[in-house]
Amino acid sequence: MITATEQLETYLESFTEFQKRAAGRNLPWLRRLREDAFARFCEVGFPTTHDEDWRFTNVSAIARTSFELAQNGQLPKEELEQFRIKGAACQLVFVNGHFVRELSSVGKMPAGVKVSGLAEEIDSNPGAIEAHLGRYLDTRRDAFCALNTAFAEDGAYVHIRKGTIVEDPIFLVFISTASDAPLMSHPRNLIVAEEESQATIVEDYVSVGESTAFCNTITELVAGDSAVISHYMVEREHRQAFNVSTLRIQQGRSANVASHSVLLGGGLVRNNVHPVLAGEGGECLINGLFIGNGQQHLDNYMLVEHASPHCDSRQFYNGILDDRAHGVFHGRIIVHKDAQKTDAKQTNRNLLLSDNAQIDTKPQLEIYADDVKCTHGATIGQIDENALFYLRSRGIDELSARKLLLFAFASECLDRMKPSPAREQVEKLIHSYLLQVANSANTFATGTSSEDSGRTCEEIG
Amino acid sequence: MSLLEIRNLKVKVDNHEILKGIDMEINPGEVHSIMGPNGSGKSTLAQVLARRESYDVTSGEILYNGKDLLAMKPEDAACEGIFMAFQYPVEIPGISNAYFLRSALNAIRKYRGEDELDAMDFLPMFREKLKLLDMDEKLMNRSVNEGFSGGEKKRNEILQMAVLEPKLAILDETDSGLDIDALRIVANGVNAMRSPDRAIIVVTHYQRLLNYIVPDFVHVLVNGRIVRSGGPELALELEEKGYVEIDSETRQVTPA
Repeated sequence: MITATEQLETYLESFTEFQKRAAGRNLPWLRRLREDAFARFCEVGFPTTHDEDWRFTNVSAIARTSFELAQNGQLPKEELEQFRIKGAACQLVFVNGHFVRELSSVGKMPAGVKVSGLAEEIDSNPGAIEAHLGRYLDTRRDAFCALNTAFAEDGAYVHIRKGTIVEDPIFLVFISTASDAPLMSHPRNLIVAEEESQATIVEDYVSVGESTAFCNTITELVAGDSAVISHYMVEREHRQAFNVSTLRIQQGRSANVASHSVLLGGGLVRNNVHPVLAGEGGECLINGLFIGNGQQHLDNYMLVEHASPHCDSRQFYNGILDDRAHGVFHGRIIVHKDAQKTDAKQTNRNLLLSDNAQIDTKPQLEIYADDVKCTHGATIGQIDENALFYLRSRGIDELSARKLLLFAFASECLDRMKPSPAREQVEKLIHSYLLQVANSANTFATGTSSEDSGRTCEEIG
Repeated sequence: MSLLEIRNLKVKVDNHEILKGIDMEINPGEVHSIMGPNGSGKSTLAQVLARRESYDVTSGEILYNGKDLLAMKPEDAACEGIFMAFQYPVEIPGISNAYFLRSALNAIRKYRGEDELDAMDFLPMFREKLKLLDMDEKLMNRSVNEGFSGGEKKRNEILQMAVLEPKLAILDETDSGLDIDALRIVANGVNAMRSPDRAIIVVTHYQRLLNYIVPDFVHVLVNGRIVRSGGPELALELEEKGYVEIDSETRQVTPA
């Protein structure tokens, strides 16, 4: 509470200003949504470590900073080249949260697919937005959700009509640019995939230039009955960046959704993934990899809600932490009363490469049905010295052997992604980050603590 | 010049003396068997030769091809032609067997100044070796040793040896846990590797494997010392009398 009020004036000023000029300012429902959310933000304030959901992540650095709301962004075209991707169906570019059509390439989309900026859609097609925006996410859930909703204006809008198959991935690139004052942006993405549709969506968070930036993003992903959706979230901003993201997935009957989170960059990162299996027979894969070094703080918060019978969820998160990096895995599974025959599994494996790296892993199961299968397990270990010796005894030098073992650990996560240009892109990124980690001196300071000193716990409940 | 010369080797593990002065000389083309009961130091000797760093060599020296083996890192020893088949092969999830083998072979080729092999060059040679060990090609796309049966793991070790073509191969209890069929296949693989310029050390607890891989020399290791050396007939005598009797006989013959 105290921290929230510190900068409340600045937020109030920004919000008043925003309400005067924002897209959809004349739509009563949207005005109300924003005002309610802002009121909620004022009421709850930024969370502290006394809050159970934020026990391991201290956001006071965000709360303390006075951020300016980013206005329409621009960027020289050549700066963008490095972020272009081969094999994409389209690439939408957002600079500081704002859709920039001139920088985007929408190409030829299959019939039945609409991709555009949310602000444009609010103006031209408010009915379609009203039907979904803020309907799934509890905008009151925490300060970040409230804040994003208060400032919800632009972001990606993807609509895929019934039965439409989009073969190539839809790429969304979110670029934070450098500026004199710390900037905040609140991208709001709405992805609606109707029944029996199929698509892959990639959100890539990057930065150009280094200055303090706060990106607070929300994606609402609606997967209709029997839709098959792969969603990728890649965080690779610079180390001055605060990135809080929330992916809220609403799954219909027999919908199959895979969420892949890859956290590589950013200084303070919190990634919330919140699927609700609302229809019978749904399947959800929540797959993630986080690789941190330096002082990075990478927090993964999963909330998997089983609201219908016969649904499967699989959570697999692997973490690699070096130097003083701090990782968090918080996996919460809620099985509602009627969600019989739920099969929920959660696995979090971590590799600590230095004595100062830290991981907090916390499973949390809340089961209100009586015929379910829920398992969770977590491991924390170092590089397996036996495996290292085995590789070296076959002629592979120590550095290469360490790299091989790191890649192998990360590849568990890659193997769960379907072959696609999205996976290739992610694979390339992961390799280059791992090389950095493997080459850094600290990796070798871990010494030769002889036997595998992993800790393992597995519970079945 | 002998291929391997061990002089007065003493080794400690966790401050406990395991090897108490080993002397041994091995020439190219020879097959030596080191036999001994549990805890005699057989595996320690094998591990030291493969340059496992957690062993503390307190005295003695090992000359390999005239070079100081104890100054070598494990990867250098491997590149110089030393290979140890592990008693307990390690499972490495996430690295395919084929990729691992090719990386190892290329590391060794690079060390020798030879061109690295790409996947296409590698394949024909590789298939031939798989056949020798009666191994399914499918195993090659699986992660290294992951989910392999005990027999598959041991065959995989010999496969690696066949691909890497070492000058000195050390088999650390390769027979343990094998049924007779697997034992024959493994022995065939090893026998196919016998050649005038290669030496093999077979470390084993039991005489059984030596029916199939007939050694030129047998050394009996008890309590960190070689108590007797002889020809292949020593293995049979050992089988009959057991380690205790051989050890006590030796003590009577050679006063300490």
